[in-house]
Amino acid sequence: MLKINNITKTFNPGTVNEVRALQGVSVEIEEGGFVCVLGTNGSGKSTALNAVAGAFIVDEGTIKLDGVDITRWSEHKRAKYIGRVFQNPFSGTAPNMSIQENLALAMKRGKTRGIGWGLPKSLVGDFKRLVKPLNMGLEERLESPMGKLSGGQRQALTLLMSTILKPKLLLLDEHTAALDPKTASKVIDLTQQVIAKDRLTTLMVTHSMQQAVNLGDRIIMMHLGKIAYDFRGEDKKRLKVKDLLTLFDELRRKDNIDPSVAALLEEYYI
Amino acid sequence: MSLLIGSITIGLILALLALGIFISFRIFDFPDITVEGSFTFGASAGAALIVAGVNPLVASLVSFLAGMAAGAITGVIHTRFRINPLLAGILVMTALYSINLHVMGKSNIPLLSETTVFTWIENLSNRVSGIDARTIIIGWEVATRDLWLLMFCFLAILMFCCILWWFFKTNIGTAMRATGDNDQMIRALGVNTKWMIIAGIALSNGFVALSGAMLAQYQGFADVQMGIGMMVWGLASVIIGESIINDRSVGMVIAGAVIGSVLFRLLVAIALRWGLNPNDLKIITAVFVFIALILPGLLKYRKRLTLKRGAHA
Repeated sequence: MLKINNITKTFNPGTVNEVRALQGVSVEIEEGGFVCVLGTNGSGKSTALNAVAGAFIVDEGTIKLDGVDITRWSEHKRAKYIGRVFQNPFSGTAPNMSIQENLALAMKRGKTRGIGWGLPKSLVGDFKRLVKPLNMGLEERLESPMGKLSGGQRQALTLLMSTILKPKLLLLDEHTAALDPKTASKVIDLTQQVIAKDRLTTLMVTHSMQQAVNLGDRIIMMHLGKIAYDFRGEDKKRLKVKDLLTLFDELRRKDNIDPSVAALLEEYYI
Repeated sequence: MSLLIGSITIGLILALLALGIFISFRIFDFPDITVEGSFTFGASAGAALIVAGVNPLVASLVSFLAGMAAGAITGVIHTRFRINPLLAGILVMTALYSINLHVMGKSNIPLLSETTVFTWIENLSNRVSGIDARTIIIGWEVATRDLWLLMFCFLAILMFCCILWWFFKTNIGTAMRATGDNDQMIRALGVNTKWMIIAGIALSNGFVALSGAMLAQYQGFADVQMGIGMMVWGLASVIIGESIINDRSVGMVIAGAVIGSVLFRLLVAIALRWGLNPNDLKIITAVFVFIALILPGLLKYRKRLTLKRGAHA
């Protein structure tokens, strides 16, 4: 389904602020796969996700989605196949427009927008049915502006909007990081339901090892712009939070010694 | 009274300008100073065409398109070359000054002896009500012709408001509003935000240029200086409208811009009547907009202060 081949990205090349955010990342996700991406700050996990979303064009390598090379596609063109939920709960919805207008906008993801009526009456009933299972009482407030809702409500709606038309790929960028624990677990429940319902191919970046252990069928751990570990199948099922912590410690220890020495040591001892 | 009617008519004509500012400033949050050039561009193109014998309606339509072209250039400069909105507008505004002089061939064109849209209305008034007819409203005698002109402007503005309202409720118009509200979100929903900004700023300047063309025909001349201060003028109208109508839905903000434009024109007419030096008009407009912009923040700050004091007491 998604085929990332050896992508690299350097921000501010040739300056003191040079950041080699991605240093050759290759990964393949099969249809219906649910991958959690873990990593320390600055490991490149969000950058990798944004590369797939098209927030920037990668320096080298290719990205293929369902056999189509989308490496050079602009962000809005990729949106036809990709649903996205952002870390900031306010990024995914338009605050000064009503809930139903936001949903109507999502109904047209990747489609031509002409001079047809933006919010047909027939859709409003559908929206009520869609919003009701969220159990947030939003079905009665479809006309109120999005900006009046809480971060959790807006994130739940963003999730709904990104999947209202079935995307080929769902990208979740630490979408519960900015929520309080209770709301976060609600949004995670909802995420699971939505993904299970349509068997969506999903790439989820997360900071929470617990989430990564509980969700999905594969864990990728990134470090310094590269994939450090990749667990799938039975390995992933056996993985516990404390195992992940150990791995993180190992990566951190490796950082403290010179990279060339680390490579030498690896050669001899591993 | 006839001063009053004249002011309302000009207020309605300038409401088109306010609608343009509403699109750029409120929908896109784009401080677009191109309007100072495109207002004159509309007036000069319209006047030059009318003098050349073109049908005044066609001339006005061409003005609209000319304004759209100017706005589109600002949009392209901003989105494709990543130049800040204000600077992009200043570049196009400056360039338009020369273009306007070329279009007119001199610094102003008189239209008093030409056939304009308003000449048609006057002829119609003369035919229906008789030449130099007078009408009495609330004890004041006014020229019936002036009432016809006012009626015509009112209906024209009403039509443009309806079109604009409808447009912002269509799929593409909704996407435009979303572009101004949260561009990240609407890009993730597959909309090319660059195109939306270019189209929106073009539309905005189309309205502004049309406003210029209508004003030139109403007052009987086009002048290369007539655009100066128009952006702040339009902004003042939008702000007055928003403070009167406390509803942020598209239809209400559009209606507010029109009401604000008429009210602002009336205020200015009254102030001038009371002996305000016309030279001071621009500085007073600027100060007014400045106060209107900082007032909500000040009020909030005062409220917080009183709340704090209440909590300490």
